[in-house]
Amino acid sequence: MTDSSDDKKMSGRRRFLLAATSVAGVVAGAGVATPFLRSMMPSERAKAAGAPVEVDISKLEPGMLLTAEWRGKVVWVLTRTSEMLDNLKKLNDQLADPDSQREQQPSYAQNPTRSIKPEILVVLGVCTHLGCSPVYRKDIAPADLGSDWLGGFFCPCHGSKFDLAGRVYKSVPAPSNLVVPPYTYLSDNRLLVGSDSKESA
Amino acid sequence: MSEQQNSIMQWIDKRFPMTATWKAHLSEYYAPKNFNFWYYFGSLALLVLVNQLLTGIFLTMNYKPDAGMAFASVEYIMRDVDFGWLIRYMHSTGASMFFVVVYLHMFRGMMYGSYRKPRELLWLIGMAIFFVLMSMAFTGYILPWGQMSYWGAQVIVSMFGAIPVIGDTLSNWILGDFMLSDAALNRFFAYHVVTLPVLIVVLVFVHIIALHETGSNNPDGIEIKANKDPRTGIPVDGIPFHPYYTVKDIFGVVGFLIVFCGIIFFAPEMGGYFLEDNNFIPANPLHTPDHIAPVWYFTPYYSMLRAVTVNFLGVDAKLWGVILMAASVVVFCFLPWLDRSPVKSIRYKGPYFKFALTLFVISFFVLGWLGTKSPTPLYTLLAQIFTVIYFAFFLLMPWYSKIDKTKPEPKNVTK
Repeated sequence: MTDSSDDKKMSGRRRFLLAATSVAGVVAGAGVATPFLRSMMPSERAKAAGAPVEVDISKLEPGMLLTAEWRGKVVWVLTRTSEMLDNLKKLNDQLADPDSQREQQPSYAQNPTRSIKPEILVVLGVCTHLGCSPVYRKDIAPADLGSDWLGGFFCPCHGSKFDLAGRVYKSVPAPSNLVVPPYTYLSDNRLLVGSDSKESA
Repeated sequence: MSEQQNSIMQWIDKRFPMTATWKAHLSEYYAPKNFNFWYYFGSLALLVLVNQLLTGIFLTMNYKPDAGMAFASVEYIMRDVDFGWLIRYMHSTGASMFFVVVYLHMFRGMMYGSYRKPRELLWLIGMAIFFVLMSMAFTGYILPWGQMSYWGAQVIVSMFGAIPVIGDTLSNWILGDFMLSDAALNRFFAYHVVTLPVLIVVLVFVHIIALHETGSNNPDGIEIKANKDPRTGIPVDGIPFHPYYTVKDIFGVVGFLIVFCGIIFFAPEMGGYFLEDNNFIPANPLHTPDHIAPVWYFTPYYSMLRAVTVNFLGVDAKLWGVILMAASVVVFCFLPWLDRSPVKSIRYKGPYFKFALTLFVISFFVLGWLGTKSPTPLYTLLAQIFTVIYFAFFLLMPWYSKIDKTKPEPKNVTK
């Protein structure tokens, strides 16, 4: 051992080397960790699987819900009756975002019915709370949902409620309206979900 | 010991401290002589851990971590593998019993103040084990790839999506895909059978080392090391762990195994609480079951998650729910510093603490029960009330534990 005065003389240089080595070690550690952490991101194959899907709605009757799949998510197509459309207006003050201010839909669906054609609703059947798929409850005033229920979607997981335009009610766990995916009409009875330009089909 | 055995031990002891370790941790480790019923659950947790590790190894021999094959491979284990049903039920029942014994073990700590100085770190290591155990249960429940596996995982992973800014990227990173799919099942299998078991075994080892450093607490909450026999240096109230407590624990093991086997052979699904009905249906990403609830040991926290229905302070209800749920588990870590009582054990604490602990236990059970039910306005209101009581137990503790009327602690342990 050297004496204490010797230690003090060396300490500035030693401290610098210690700090430099530590910094280099941390940098190297982060470098080594990168490929491992990156390997856990969605793979190229997962990224490639996301093509738009075509939905045939010719057999869809008023009040009927059709379920399709796009990117592993549930897509709902619902034909609303004129009574259902009338009911939408009555709900505005019970809803958290009645005018669809939040960006949960493409601009062409930012209207009172949240759709391109008023009667046809296209929406992701994925609750904006924690990803469950809500249940279509078109019955008016059922016992479990209360006398003022005018039809809509109810999430069994945590009790979130949405109306028949996928708009979320106030005071439920879900923070925002259901997501309207990009979609377009290829013809009157053929929908393309996942893209809003006809060419990319 | 014969001459020959003696020389073998000497040969080993010069190379590995076998005799010294045996003495330090068993034959000359002095534990308080007044341990009661509540002190069975630590050793029982160890027993269940061994059960999970052993049965788990044999399950991996037939299980396939592939979204297309997982469900069928579990049914294959149940129907076609010799005694596969037994090994699987030992594992699934073990998972629930793990939580039963760990909850009772933690409750013991709360009653007798086992988290108090000098055992704060021991308590924190225990909490770390609890967190890993919860991760184990979560990743394990996904593996059969039934409806509850799928939708339970969907809910849990979506919670990370609630984190502002990084949420979406984070949940893609966790899932390895843009949705819950084969990629996630495969990696959760890796966590469940490699990462988490290694972690839990290391943490349990560290937990026991930390316990043997401070020594065990006891139902009287007094330090037996403060009162040593001046001649031998051994605590007056201490008895060697081996043979006294090894024998006591074996008695506990027998009692536990009677219950454990009873469940395995007569009620392995426990009426839908240990294995839920919906998990006997293969995962269907397009249809959420009408009624989903987590397994019973997560239901209290799940109730709190969905109890928040209003936005406040500019943060939406979803994120508050997630924060509250995380807080409801993490808050246990602060117990050593929240408790300001001059005494440790409930035996000498006053009426306020007894009342608060009783309310806490009631709220834990009520929240747990509510978590198994579908949300209705009444149930949501009840969940909100009991969530407040749950947190009040912790957050008001510095106040009520301080002004409480305590009794004087004895100098020696009592019966």
